Amino acid sequence: MNIRVEHLSKRFGTFEAVRDVTFEVRSGSLVALLGPSGSGKSTILRILAGLDTPDAGAVWLGDEDATRVHARARAIGFVFQHYALFRHLTVEDNVSFGLDVRGVPKPEARRRARELLALVGLGGLERRFPSQLSGGQRQRVALARALAPEPKLLLLDEPFGAVDAKVREELREWLRRLHDEVGVTSIFVTHDQDEAFSVADRVLVIHRGGLEQSGTPAQILDEPATEFVARFVGEVNVLDARVEGATARAGALRAEVPTGGPEGDVHLVVRSYDLKLWRDDAGVATVERVVTLGDRVRVHATVDGAGAIVAQFPRRSSLLRGVEPGARVAVEVTSARAYGSSSSM
Amino acid sequence: MSAALAPGPLARALRAGVVLYVVALVAVPLATLVEVGLADGPAAFFGRIGAPTARAALWLTTWTALLVGALNVVLGTATAWVLVRYRLPGRALLSALVDLPLAIPTLVAGVMLALLYGPTALAGRALSALGVEVVFARPGIVLALLFVTLPFVVRAVEPLLAEIDPAEEEAAIVLGAGPVQTFRTVFLPAILPAALSGGIRSVGRALGEFGSIVVIAGNVPGRTLTAPVFVFGEIESGEPGAAAATSIGLLALALALHAVAWAVERRTGARRAE
Repeated sequence: MNIRVEHLSKRFGTFEAVRDVTFEVRSGSLVALLGPSGSGKSTILRILAGLDTPDAGAVWLGDEDATRVHARARAIGFVFQHYALFRHLTVEDNVSFGLDVRGVPKPEARRRARELLALVGLGGLERRFPSQLSGGQRQRVALARALAPEPKLLLLDEPFGAVDAKVREELREWLRRLHDEVGVTSIFVTHDQDEAFSVADRVLVIHRGGLEQSGTPAQILDEPATEFVARFVGEVNVLDARVEGATARAGALRAEVPTGGPEGDVHLVVRSYDLKLWRDDAGVATVERVVTLGDRVRVHATVDGAGAIVAQFPRRSSLLRGVEPGARVAVEVTSARAYGSSSSM
Repeated sequence: MSAALAPGPLARALRAGVVLYVVALVAVPLATLVEVGLADGPAAFFGRIGAPTARAALWLTTWTALLVGALNVVLGTATAWVLVRYRLPGRALLSALVDLPLAIPTLVAGVMLALLYGPTALAGRALSALGVEVVFARPGIVLALLFVTLPFVVRAVEPLLAEIDPAEEEAAIVLGAGPVQTFRTVFLPAILPAALSGGIRSVGRALGEFGSIVVIAGNVPGRTLTAPVFVFGEIESGEPGAAAATSIGLLALALALHAVAWAVERRTGARRAE
């Protein structure tokens, strides 16, 4: 089912949680709403589900204007951050609940519940109670419960936020595979960019209630539309710079920037892996610290007239020879983007 | 126990003192009651407790207490529901009113109700015109008992309702459940043990209630005379045997109630642990 959201706005008192958000989600895709906490992404999800009412704007589910349709009648699957399983029902009764309330005959509902529990890898746990399951298992029960009534749209609010890091990694891969298998249009909310980029077909970056950018993970990473997006995804350096033509200067540092962007005073955003530096006594920067992070090395340096920068290298990079605290280094910017310095962050 | 913590003479004296205190305070009076009640043999005991007035009093006390317990389970749960879920303007005041009956001496509660529903008061006259007698009648007893037991279910259910995760309710709604199905699945299992135990506590309280009832019930033997008031009357008129027999009846009711409470708690507790 195609989902269309038009000019959605929502206030809580004086706080603008959602500001004029418009986007479309194609049938069958898996989309991430990515943003820092408090950015309004969960509110957007709750409006889609009918759990919150927008002050303005419309929600189209397929060809139906669902803005005023009660949550009960939307037939949407929703997975809550803290599972929200029914504590007093068994795993199986949790999963079949959405079928039972629709009057599906009990044997049929039971069969479907068992099918879904097998699908999410929890066959054999039907008679357990939620309190007897691990966090990851509970989350999968919650997913099976949401999928049981065969919703046309599945919404997931920070689905892996409450499980530990290792389980989260597994659940991500598993969710992607499950989505490819079931094919239900899905939107999930996350503040974790790795999660958004590794799982979703498209990513919508939300900031201060507004939509900053939407695109494929590659588009968001390679062509961040705003300074906020550029800073939010990946480890970045932000330098005050001046742009003339296609060249940006930040102190002694020079960088090529795409033409057609802002000129004059800008914020120059450079990812830590888009910086090369090597030992050169005639260079423009001084190394401050070298930190080893497993298979990568992070170099902190100070550029003459521009301030601190951070660069990342593979541990065995030949460029690192002679790079040590106090050493002078040359710096090359392989990719950078300039944003008008008045633009919001 | 380590040698350092072994009881010395002081501890031994304390131990003996406490045992004596509790036995003298509880066990001896209890034994005396049973002894006096059964002194003239079982036949006399059953004769006294089975006398029409005593039997009617025990029966009246039993059914009014059970009725009030059942009403409290429903009305108390509804009251807790409103207090927890709606931001009423006078919510704090309403909450304080719920607690007030515990602070008011029950005799005063009875006086309040007698004045309001008495034959000279407006409410009493209006109800009389409709053919409903409250004061000196059974509705007055039920009303007084409801008054003095108001907080039991409300305060038992309230914290449990407040701690239910709103997401659980939202999950039920998104899955298509109506209000009744949502209540049955999300709320009822969470609050039922507390509602029942609050109801049982109100029954216990109602079995022994005296102060409010003696004022409002009229105490007509065989019609509005409750067991506690009957016992009081027998003591006043120098019939300790009849007083003791009926007291033993009340005692048996209270112990049976305790057994029920224990069974309910055990069952619901076991279900929670699953």
